Amino acid sequence: MEVVRDHVTQRDLAISRDLVTKQSAVAAAVMLRVFTKTNLRSLSGLIQRFQSTLVVAEHNNDTLTPITLSAITAANKLGGEVSCLIAGTDCAKVAEQLSQVEGVKKVLVAQHDAYKGLLPEELTPLILATQQQFKFTHICAGASAFGKNLLPRVASKLDVAPISDIIEIKSPDTFVRTIYAGNALSTVKCNEKVKVFTVRGTSFEPAKQGGSATSEQVSTAGPAGISEWLEQNLTKSDRPELTSAKVVVSGGRGLKSGENFKLLYDLADRLNAAVGASRAAVDAGYVPNDLQVGQTGKIVAPELYIAVGISGAIQHLAGMKDSKTIVAINKDPEAPIFQVADFGLVADLFKAVPEMIEALKK
Amino acid sequence: MTGRVLVGVKRVIDYAVKIRVKPDNTGVATDGVKHSMNPFCEIAVEEAVRLKEKKLVNEVVAVSCGPQQVQETIRTALAMGADRGIHVEVSGKDYESLGPLQVSKILAALAKKEDASLIILGKQAIDDDCNQTGQMTAAQLDWPQGTFASEVTFEGDKLKVVREVDGGLETIKINTPAVVTADLRLNTPRYATLPNIMKAKKKKIATMKPGDLGVDMSSRVEVLRVDEPPQRQAGMKVESVEELVGKLKEAGRI
Repeated sequence: MEVVRDHVTQRDLAISRDLVTKQSAVAAAVMLRVFTKTNLRSLSGLIQRFQSTLVVAEHNNDTLTPITLSAITAANKLGGEVSCLIAGTDCAKVAEQLSQVEGVKKVLVAQHDAYKGLLPEELTPLILATQQQFKFTHICAGASAFGKNLLPRVASKLDVAPISDIIEIKSPDTFVRTIYAGNALSTVKCNEKVKVFTVRGTSFEPAKQGGSATSEQVSTAGPAGISEWLEQNLTKSDRPELTSAKVVVSGGRGLKSGENFKLLYDLADRLNAAVGASRAAVDAGYVPNDLQVGQTGKIVAPELYIAVGISGAIQHLAGMKDSKTIVAINKDPEAPIFQVADFGLVADLFKAVPEMIEALKK
Repeated sequence: MTGRVLVGVKRVIDYAVKIRVKPDNTGVATDGVKHSMNPFCEIAVEEAVRLKEKKLVNEVVAVSCGPQQVQETIRTALAMGADRGIHVEVSGKDYESLGPLQVSKILAALAKKEDASLIILGKQAIDDDCNQTGQMTAAQLDWPQGTFASEVTFEGDKLKVVREVDGGLETIKINTPAVVTADLRLNTPRYATLPNIMKAKKKKIATMKPGDLGVDMSSRVEVLRVDEPPQRQAGMKVESVEELVGKLKEAGRI
């Protein structure tokens, strides 16, 4: 069966059709036997050969965003050929990085000044043109602010319903995603002609190095000119990036002030951890919004998550309950965070955190 | 800018309710469960009302799609200061399969019918967690989108939108008409006062069907099943920081 699956390619099928029209009875009989032998499993293997996925790469003109690597892994689970589209004002460096990612067959490059700031009004026509040309069966991106902004616009233009933030691929048309702040898992079958979806980064391993994709320029559509990117104010930090950090230390309302967050930064530095926050801490202005972990903030799944002064509201748990080990430090023994914590310490954080920093120095 | 703002509001299970998956795995139990306006929609309504108070828009129209009960959600928006409501009646099977694609088509059709110059929506509903409707509505209309907005200001006939993105904040300028979706930090929604709730009862809610707007409600996405997420194993309480650090070292986490 392995042999059958590997040899029946699109080209072979074309040839066999050709032979049949030439009345070559022998060849036709051989092909027929091949097909009768083909069991369901290899048939689906055959179908998968006709699948092709476009991953829309996210980048900052310099490096590829790690979530794109997770999206590539997800794309490869579909079984078809994977292409990556990189659009931007300066693509050479990232196109080079992408071509070395395992599992990427083709890198499509669209460089134009109109792609400054990666505005969805400009990228959507480009993706539609690319889709026209290559007829992908799947289009995906990471479920980041970039992917969430862009893909529903693309789907709408294709008149298909997109699927957000998938955590598992059951088959090329069946996906699992969370609903109700991660309190239920929904398995959905998408019968659209093109499946458009975003991928939860923490649910798929990043694709590794070791590929050798070909690179191809794609035509850029004329600028739509209905939106303009002005500026970005990014939070600068030497710490690891929140969504991919192995250890995350998060603070909540219990920290009482922005200054007190320094305690968590010190602890994070000891652990080479990223720092996160609950909504309460962001709303109170202790830390910027991009540190928010939860249903409406970032989803993290580190090896170790330390929640300090966080009660553990449903909305916060949605963003961190897939962490491998959860530690809670809270003075309220009734705090819901203790229901999900592997190790809970009922203590005043202002005493416990400095003690922990000391203990880690040893 | 003067003109009309459409605000989409969704009725969802209240954010504080711990939901239950139905034993037959067809969905989440909604009967007899407290419902309220989706928190992000409240922020959208508040923003629209503030624009009207600043005399930047003339009229605020609250729209909701769903069964009879969504009229309560529209009333809430009216009590917060919306001028009138539109209830697009969707029930039975169509309501079960109602998703962002259908809602975006309804909103786009209404925007044209009502000659709206701005649509404000929440960035996501807390039940389906899709985060799609605003983007899809903008696409249907070929309007620009200002998603995950934490600040919106008019600059002539353009909108300056500060967006919450992964690394921090980003500022864009978009043409109007436009679609804006509200993030949590756009504003703090007001409470409807009793006099305003009474006044809202006199405000008009028009009822129509998707068919009246020429919108096809068929869905090509099927929910096969809904499951409980895997439960975490119960953890343990430790007595001291020393014990905590010891346990984490034992577990190989630090």
